[in-house]
Amino acid sequence: MAEKVLMKGNEALAEAAIQAGCHHFFGYPITPQTELAAYMAKRMPKIGGTYLQAESEIAAVNMVLGAAAAGVRAMTSSSSPGISLKGEGISYMAGSDLPALIINVQRGGPGLGGIQPSQSDYWQATKALGHGDFQILVFAPSTVQEMVDLVSDAFDKADEYRMPAMILADGMLGQMMEPVELPEHKDRKLPEKPWAACGHENKREHNIINSLYLTPNALEDLVRARYERYKIVEEKEQRAEEYRTEDADVIVVAYGASSRVARSAVNKAREAGKKVGLIRPITLWPFPKDAIKRAADHAKELLVVEMSMGQMVDDVRLAAECRVPVHFYGRTGGVIPTPKEILGEIDKLLK
Amino acid sequence: MKDLNIVFAGFGGQGILFAGKVVAYAGLIEGRELSWLPSYGPEMRGGTANCSICLSDEPIGSPLVTNPNVLIAMNRPSLDKFVNEVEPGGTILLDSSLIDERVERDDVTVFYVPASKLAEENGLKGLANIILVGKLRKELAFCTEETLDKALQKCIPARKADMLGFNRKALEIGKAQ
Repeated sequence: MAEKVLMKGNEALAEAAIQAGCHHFFGYPITPQTELAAYMAKRMPKIGGTYLQAESEIAAVNMVLGAAAAGVRAMTSSSSPGISLKGEGISYMAGSDLPALIINVQRGGPGLGGIQPSQSDYWQATKALGHGDFQILVFAPSTVQEMVDLVSDAFDKADEYRMPAMILADGMLGQMMEPVELPEHKDRKLPEKPWAACGHENKREHNIINSLYLTPNALEDLVRARYERYKIVEEKEQRAEEYRTEDADVIVVAYGASSRVARSAVNKAREAGKKVGLIRPITLWPFPKDAIKRAADHAKELLVVEMSMGQMVDDVRLAAECRVPVHFYGRTGGVIPTPKEILGEIDKLLK
Repeated sequence: MKDLNIVFAGFGGQGILFAGKVVAYAGLIEGRELSWLPSYGPEMRGGTANCSICLSDEPIGSPLVTNPNVLIAMNRPSLDKFVNEVEPGGTILLDSSLIDERVERDDVTVFYVPASKLAEENGLKGLANIILVGKLRKELAFCTEETLDKALQKCIPARKADMLGFNRKALEIGKAQ
């Protein structure tokens, strides 16, 4: 086993990407994710990889598109306002069936917003990252170790389903340090990409990577085929952690940073003999509907906690299908809720 | 061992984040669960800086400490901001050469350490933070002395290896307080 080291979330994301075989990074600095780009700038030249600070977020994401089209593992990272700029490129990648990794270390919005941690880009990540009918895979780590583990999974799943993937983190996870065990460095065998547009010495027909289809029927067929794939993803790739939910009357639903605060609240509630549990979505798309449905069958109340005005709560309500009341508690603008506040909400529901 | 939820606070430039990192590394070396969360952004340049460190035998929930059981304050705004948030029974360490204020609570233990003055007198300018870490270890025994020394070695980058001796001296001074 590798020795545990202390790493900031941002640095751990970067190192994990390199270990996962990503040797091409294109970025643009923005607080609170800049340590990620800085780490890549230091490491990539040493391993013969590419670190490129582009002239803008838009340029960076299109460089990722180009690298992904050539069949290599490529990534970019940013924070909320920068991700908005990348939306166009991500839509193009989805429309070209290209796998790549985008990291969003969320901060407060809208506009330039603030630089403190936030979760107000949930809708953007899961529903409206760009124009057109498409989805991307969205993973939501809650510890620095999980940031490492999910980077590798995100690259693998992106390749498997030929779609972009996102790690949706936030300023708290990006900036904090925790002990982390990095995977042993080994030469990973990456999947073959026979569709890639790269040199082939005229030994086969050339591949074309494109998202423009002027014939409506052709485009419809393509989008339908893509949605067949999304259906498989929804069936096979939902992930959530269920914590002390077995006999719970109130189940808190929270992801990422807010799930850590919620876990503290759940533990305090349990110490006081209250039957409270936590469901922590790990994939936000596909949303872990099955876990929510199970909870809706036995809990009396669901309480969604987010660092936003209430975004994931929509998906929880859809999945709960009105079988149980779904409540919401949120802080926004960069404010992190306290365990005490969440306990207060839990107590209101238990009365 | 008891869970420690520490807030280390002061001005940017006093080595607040570094001192927190030394404490966090000590936890790592002893195989404990821990988290280190800094304040970040423009605060780091001349404003107030603080970091939250949690040490526990259980996985850490919220890494943001709002009610510390240990407060280390290196300037008056930091003391004023956090003094009433400290849990009853908690511990406060303050740099009494920078804060000429007495803590008026009687449900916490307060140690007044003239850390900046001691640092200055001993040719350790800028190491008041580590003097306070030395004092913290003496009072709360959150790790062994040996561990703390190893933590220092981990936190001081190779290019600043000559600083290790000064940091060790600062720990000793803290211990003697």
